[in-house]
Formats: sequence, structure tokens, C-alpha cells
Amino acid sequence: MKAFRYHRPADVAEAVALLDAEPAAAYLAGGTNLVDLMKLGVQRPELLVDVTGLPLDTVEVLPGGGLRIGATVRNSDLAADPVIRREHPLLSRALLAGASGQLRNLATTAGNLLQRTRCVYFQDTGKACNKREPGTGCAARHGQNRDLAILGWSELCVATHPSDLAVALVALDAVVEAHDPGGAREIPVAELHRTPGEHPERETSLPRGALITAVRVPPLPFARRCTYLKARDRASFAFAVGSVAAALDLDGDTVRDVRLAYGAVAHRPWRAYRAEEALRGRPFTAELAAQAADAELAAARPLPHNGFKVPLIRNLTVRALTTLAGTAPR
Amino acid sequence: MSAVGREHPRLEGPDKVTGAARYAVEYPVDGVAYGWVVPAAATRGRITRVDVAPALAVPGVLDVLHHGNAPRLTPGVDDTLFLLQEPTVHYRGEYVAVVVADSLEAAREGARLVRIDYDTQPHSTVLSEHHPGLYRPDTVNPGYPTDTTDGDFDAGFAAAEVRLDATYRTPAYHNNPMEPHATTAQWRNGRLLVHDSTQGSTPVQATLAQLFGLPPEAVRVVAEHVGGGFGSKGAAKAPVVLAALAARQVDRPVRLALTRQQLFGPLGYRTPTIQRVRLGADADGRIAAICHDAISQTSGVHEFAEQTAVYTRSMYAGRHRRTTHRLARLDVPTPFWMRAPGECPGAYALESALDELASACGVDPVELRIRNDVTVDPDSGQPFSSRNLVACLREGARRFDWADRDPTPGVRRLGRWLIGTGVAGSSYPARSRAAAAAATAAPDGTFEVRINATDIGTGARTALWQVAADALEVPADRITIRIGDSDLPPAGVAGGSMGTASWSWAVIRACQGLRDRLRHVPGAAVPADGLTVEASTADEVRAQRPLARYAYGAHFVQVRVDADTGEIRVDRMLGMFAVGRVVNPSTARSQLIGGMTMGLSMALHEEGLLDERYGDWVNHDLATYHVSACADIERIEAYWLPEEDPELNPAGVKGIGEIGIVGSAAAVANAVHHATGVRVRDLPIRLDKLLDRLPAG
Repeated sequence: MKAFRYHRPADVAEAVALLDAEPAAAYLAGGTNLVDLMKLGVQRPELLVDVTGLPLDTVEVLPGGGLRIGATVRNSDLAADPVIRREHPLLSRALLAGASGQLRNLATTAGNLLQRTRCVYFQDTGKACNKREPGTGCAARHGQNRDLAILGWSELCVATHPSDLAVALVALDAVVEAHDPGGAREIPVAELHRTPGEHPERETSLPRGALITAVRVPPLPFARRCTYLKARDRASFAFAVGSVAAALDLDGDTVRDVRLAYGAVAHRPWRAYRAEEALRGRPFTAELAAQAADAELAAARPLPHNGFKVPLIRNLTVRALTTLAGTAPR
Repeated sequence: MSAVGREHPRLEGPDKVTGAARYAVEYPVDGVAYGWVVPAAATRGRITRVDVAPALAVPGVLDVLHHGNAPRLTPGVDDTLFLLQEPTVHYRGEYVAVVVADSLEAAREGARLVRIDYDTQPHSTVLSEHHPGLYRPDTVNPGYPTDTTDGDFDAGFAAAEVRLDATYRTPAYHNNPMEPHATTAQWRNGRLLVHDSTQGSTPVQATLAQLFGLPPEAVRVVAEHVGGGFGSKGAAKAPVVLAALAARQVDRPVRLALTRQQLFGPLGYRTPTIQRVRLGADADGRIAAICHDAISQTSGVHEFAEQTAVYTRSMYAGRHRRTTHRLARLDVPTPFWMRAPGECPGAYALESALDELASACGVDPVELRIRNDVTVDPDSGQPFSSRNLVACLREGARRFDWADRDPTPGVRRLGRWLIGTGVAGSSYPARSRAAAAAATAAPDGTFEVRINATDIGTGARTALWQVAADALEVPADRITIRIGDSDLPPAGVAGGSMGTASWSWAVIRACQGLRDRLRHVPGAAVPADGLTVEASTADEVRAQRPLARYAYGAHFVQVRVDADTGEIRVDRMLGMFAVGRVVNPSTARSQLIGGMTMGLSMALHEEGLLDERYGDWVNHDLATYHVSACADIERIEAYWLPEEDPELNPAGVKGIGEIGIVGSAAAVANAVHHATGVRVRDLPIRLDKLLDRLPAG
């Protein structure tokens, strides 16, 4: 593999400056994805800036409610954090549905958000991939695409975002705090990841060199009435075939508010705004939940091998919401 | 008290868990260099140019071997090992060059930079029953007749009251041992020493001697600890040849270890199969006509013909019988052994078909199998040395509480889950092959037993040590056992479930011989340089009576299927086996439940996904090629019947490495059908194949 330089910055400013000065630099946190991709030749940084020594590894309760999760908090620590489990159990559930114990011990909050697609064509330098090498084509579009997108894809890329945590954060209206050479900025997680469009190689709206320092999760009064359902091909370590993050607030039997997001269906975690809209203010029934899912999935354009994801997500949506409403049929 | 039959932890266990045990590329070697393979980026064609300059420019790169400059080999019986000799590319990913460097990282970077131009030709990589190139091989692995026929199948099938005609498909499965193939090769004064990750160093020694034109005694192959193989290390493989070539070229020791990704193909895999099974029976499920037509693939390099339908020849009754094998020669890597080649995919199809027949006849599937038991081998006409299939079915059913099972599919619910149970039979040949062993008594009352057996993690070393203790009639702690070195008395591979049967035979004969000699030593004093007896079993094995020798088993499985998502989870697997004497219950149990889990993996998880445009499998790591792990099986039990069979070998053992996987995929598939009413005939069974066919809540 390619030789690279390695640096541990003293603070965020130095980290950002190092990235700014070296076009082929990358931040290294848990390394559970980047190091694999370096071995495979998919990513070939000249410089690794190791941010795990920066003081970004705490979970704070913010005045007025809400939480700030440091960028380098390990997934295991975050999932087990008593405050998280109390205030935002959706995050714990999503985290524990992902990866393995060993991986969660290393992987970080920001690293989880910024992990790359597991599309097999992206990970193989012998195959065409516009995301890895713009202009080479998308081998997945007419190849093995069972695991790939049904929503928001383009002819140039049909990859999915693999994170479970990101789906939960999108549902919870979380906001990323980042530093870049231009200063500090905030980006809603729902706007952090892009759809591929004409530029699948651009995966996030972060400016070049930006370092995520924290993820802020606002308070949500009904955050404890939540669930994360993940359909997977095996019980042991597996990425989602499809997942649903949901939180529901009922006033009697009327939907006062709802949060719904889908995973493994698109290039980004997919907030189901249309479905939420279809639910709000209406008396909750299983039929309404199904109609809401259909409203969201009306835009789905399945690929040759993944048409099953549409009924799968629909069924998961109904189960998630009926369970939260206490009206699950069984 | 006998050592055989008692649980004993692996002798090398402490060395393994503390890291003291050395694997093939872990031996300290002065001046070692590192090799990295370059896979072909074309699927079929010829190399027209190799540009090594960019690779050689990487600091630390010593050389790049390819067909234009590699040392010459002598063509032999296995053309997959005639490496770096010709510009032909037979399949995508074929190893076409090796970069050698001072460091692993430099070798890897160099390999990325080797520029190869190809003159490519159209390729064919998809197996189909309509492939125009289907042909009839002369024999099937490891030498069975290609086709068999007895009676008149067509007439018998046409006349049957109940007829089943179903086609089952299995995908490419990839052996994924924990330790990828790896070799350290060193040339010293014209002699070759390799530390290789192999299931048998005696055959590797012979193969290397032949390829490099050396007398066998000039080649030494050491395989002291091996991290699994599942058959993919059952013969010399590319890495050992490439490492030896590279070490000769750069005149330094060379280590060559493959990555996980590099294991998917060039070292062998289980061929995809297309299997048509036809069963004709009376209304009570008694089979009159049985036919199994199997199609599989081979490569343009070397023929490998999976013996898929052989299982059907001897398993169940049927006066009119036929089995056939056809092959398509594709532009793919050569398939090879993967745990129970032939029996494993064949039993999936036949044991699924029996389940379908049971449903069609309204007969309980355990009872159906009992009704179709046989007393002589329908294939050879020979009596069985022992056949306890029915006993396994009955005792397994009892332990599993099968008796009250409602046969109706798709009707049991527990919350959101659909529940179902399935059964399948199992059998595997109980063979032995010739081996040699030596036993030495030392004056201090200790003993050393030597045999070139291989322990690929199964516990073979420990089992042989237990056997030796009983044969020498001394406490086991006075015995040292040495295996895994071609300098030791020659023995066959750890494969075909023949290891313990064959090796223990030679160990027992050597130990018995030594015990006899010691009885006649004057004054019972062992000479200072010890007393050694060597034994070979070649004559005894050859003189075995002609009998049908098989181990048998029965699998019972409970699954649950999520009614909303189609996700399948396995609640329970129970395997009941008749495998002769069990030497070490703890390691035997590991073998059996390992095989059962691998069958679960085959049924529900594993699948090599071919992209025919490229002509290779696109999923080639353990995140995208799913292998079942602990969380995938919630309760697993393996039991065995007491079985004394004097017609096997002196230890009375039948092999246990493979029978655990035979039939277990069918039991899972049958349970999924019972749970859902959906019969999926192409593995793996995954949620997308069930989702739109599940019974309504």
C-alpha cells in the first residue's frame, strides 16, 4: 500500500490547518473503514491526521435540554451512555443494531456519519465506480444491486449510506458542528449527506478540510417513544437491508407529531417527510401508517434486484408505528 | 482407563491462545522478502505486454515475476499450478505476476503498479442448464463413475402413483478458513524448505518436487499449525508454488500470504449446481424410481467434476435408479473441494425432494425416510459395514420432540414469527487411506510418536495422542506426538473425513509394534538411543473387505420467519449421528456443530455473486459474503449413538469432519417451508425470496 505520513494534532485548529495544507489528507478516527479502504487502494491519502487525541470525546447535557455528543465518542460508549439511554434511546438502539462489539469499540460518532458506502463496486478498484473514480461509470446500476438504493439515486450512482446511527440522528433533527478553514459552522444531519446527482464523489455538504467536532441533538419531548427496526440478512454483524427509525407522539389517538427516517434505501439517510406529513393531525391506524409509507415510497425507483425493499420498508414502517402506538396487531 | 472416548482439550490450545504457535508466515526467517500476487484484470485472453518499470520504481521492490521471466516449471497433473509460465489468461483474477519486495507494503504497492496489457476474448462465466458446452466428464471427483443406471427409471417414474420433479440450484460457495493461504519458501543449496498452510504436507512435497524437477527428499514441507481449510488447502495451491518461484528468483526467503479478498476464486470454491431430482413413489411414499441429474461447472485450466449426485446412489430405496453429471467448461477459476464436495450440495437437493415427496404423500418426513431405508447399498450391491440411519432419525426425533408435529405449513405463529421445523438425513463415506507412522521409546520411559498428519484446527493431534496412549498402554502424559512435517513418516491429507481413520490406524500399528518389541527387550532396558518401530498400513488398507462403509446422521431444525420482513432466524439445530467410535467428544462435537452451522450458512447466507460482465464474484470479503456466526444459531446440539463397527479400522472410527454439513442445509430449507408454506429451491433462502409469498397475518 501507499506510504503515508501520520500526524496527531494538538488541537482542532491545527488539525484543520493540516488538512488545509495537504490536498490528499484525511482525518483518522476509529479507522474501521478508512484503514480497510487504504489497504484496498480505494483511498490513498498522503497524510493522516489522527483526531482521536483531541478533547472531543464527551457527551454533554446542554442548558435548556438537548445533548452535545463529541465527535470522537466511541460508538460503544455512546450506546451505553446513561444520558443517551434516558434522553435519546433511539441512538442507543440504532448503534447497537450496527457492526460488532469490536467495531463499535473503535468507531466514533463522526466517523460513523462519514463512513463510505459498502457498495461492492466502490470497494473494488478493478470495477467501474463514479464515486471512487469519477467518469468511469457505475457498474452497480446494471450489476449486482440488491443491497443498493431505491430512492434518490442517479444514473451515475446507486450506492446507499451504510450507517444506522445516521438514520436515527436524521430522525431526531440532529445538527453537526464542524470547523473548517473558514471557521465554525453548523449543518443539520439531514443536509449533511447528499444525493449522488451528477457528483457521486461528493458525499457530504462539508467544505473541504472540515472537521466535525460534535453532533448536537435537540430535545424531543416524545423521544422515549421510539424504535429502530433493522431488517438484516443475518443476526450477526450485517449492514441493514432496510431500516426504519421512528418516534411517535399521540394525543389520544391522534398523531400530534412523528419522526420517521429510513436507512439502506438511498445515498443518504432518508428522512420520510412525506410520510410524516401524511400522519400528522390524523387519527392513528395501521392503515394510516401504511398509507403514509406508500406516500413516501411513491417516489421509489427500485433497481433490478431490489424491488423487495419497497414492501420491506412499508412493512417496517407499519410495524414501527403500530408498535409505538400500542396498536400492533399481535 | 482408556484415553480414547474421553474429553481432552487440544494439546496445542495454550500455544495458540498465547500466540506461541507458529503459522506458515510467522516463523522468524533472516533476510525474508515479501511476495504479493497480481490478479489478471481480463477474463479470457492473452497477456501482450507486462510493464514492470512502475513497480520496480517503488522503493523496496526487488523484482516482478511474470510469465516472461519466472523460473520454468515442469508441467504436471494439476495445470492450476503451472503458474507464471504462459501468457494465457483463463479467468479474471488468475495470478499473472508476483511482486517481491523488502516489505509487505512495498510489495502490495508494487503489485498495484504492474501494468499488463491483454488481448481479450469473449468470455462465458454463467452456469446454465442450457449452456451449449455441457459435456459428460469421464469420471467425477474423486474417481466415481459419471453416470449410473439400474432398472428402468423412465418406466418406473411414469408408472408411479406420486411423482415429484423439482430442480434445485445452489450458488458458488467460497471456502473461508480463518487463516488465508500462506507460505514461507526458502532455498538452501538446491533444497527447498516451505512452511505452508496446507491440509497435507506429504502431497505438497510430492507436487513441489515434480514442478521444480527435484527428488522428493530435496523438498521439505512444514505445516505444524494450520488455521482451517475446508478442503481449499487439500492439495498444493498457488501460493506455495509462487513463493517457491519468487524465492528462487530473488535468491532470498519469501513470504507470501493472501488477503481475504484474494481467496475468492483462484484457490477453489464449491461449484454452483443445478440439480433436477425426480422421485416416483407409491401413495405411502415408498420410492420406486429415483433420478438425480446434476450440472456443475469447471474451468478451462483443469477439470474438476463435483460428484453432486453420488449421494443419491446409496442413500435411499428405489428399484429404478439413475444419476448423471454434466459439466460446463467456463472461463472461471477451477472449482475444488469444499467440505463434503458432492455429498453436501447433493444432499441439499435430495433431502429437499424427500420433504416435498412427504408432503405430496401426506407422510411424515421422518417416517418417509424410514420407509425408504435399505439393507444393501443400492449402488454397489454390497452390504453395509454398519448403517444406523434409521436409529439416528428415531433418536433425533425423540430428542427433538418431533412426534407431535403438525405437518401443515405456514400455520404456527408466535407473535410476529412464523415457526417451522424440518428434518433431513445425512451420510458420508467412511474411508481410510494408507499411512505410515513411527513410535520411539526412550530410556526414561517416555515415547514419541511421529506421523505426517495435519491438524487444521480439528483436534487431530490430540486424538492421535489419545489413540497412541491406548495402543502403547501407557499414560498419555508420557507421550509426545509430532505431526505436520514431510520429514515424518508419510500420510495423507486432512480431507475426505479420512484423517483420523487413516492416521490412527498407522499410529496404532506402530505403537503395537513397539509395545511388542519392548516386551522382548532383555531386562526391559531401552537402549540409550531409543527403540523405534515404523509401520505402514498400505497392505492392510488394500486388503479391506469390500463393504459399503458410511457414517449416518439426521438433522432436525427449528426456524422462525418474520411475517413482516421475511427475515429467517434459526432457533435450534439438533444433529444425531452414527460415526463409529468417538475419540475425543469435545473436539468431535466441535466438528459436528461446525459442519451443521456451515450448512445453515449455505442455506441462508452464503452466495458468491457473479457479475457476468466482469466474469468474477463481486462480493469478496466477510462483510459482503456472509458466513454464519454465533449469533445466527441460538441453540445447537450434536449427539451420537454408540456404534461399534469392526469393519472400519483398528480405532473403529468414521470420519466426522464432513457429515455435519451433509443434509443440514436441506433441514433448514425444509423448516423454512414448514414455517411459511414457501418452497425456495434456489439457495440461499433470503428475505427477498419470501417477502411477497408469506401467509397473510
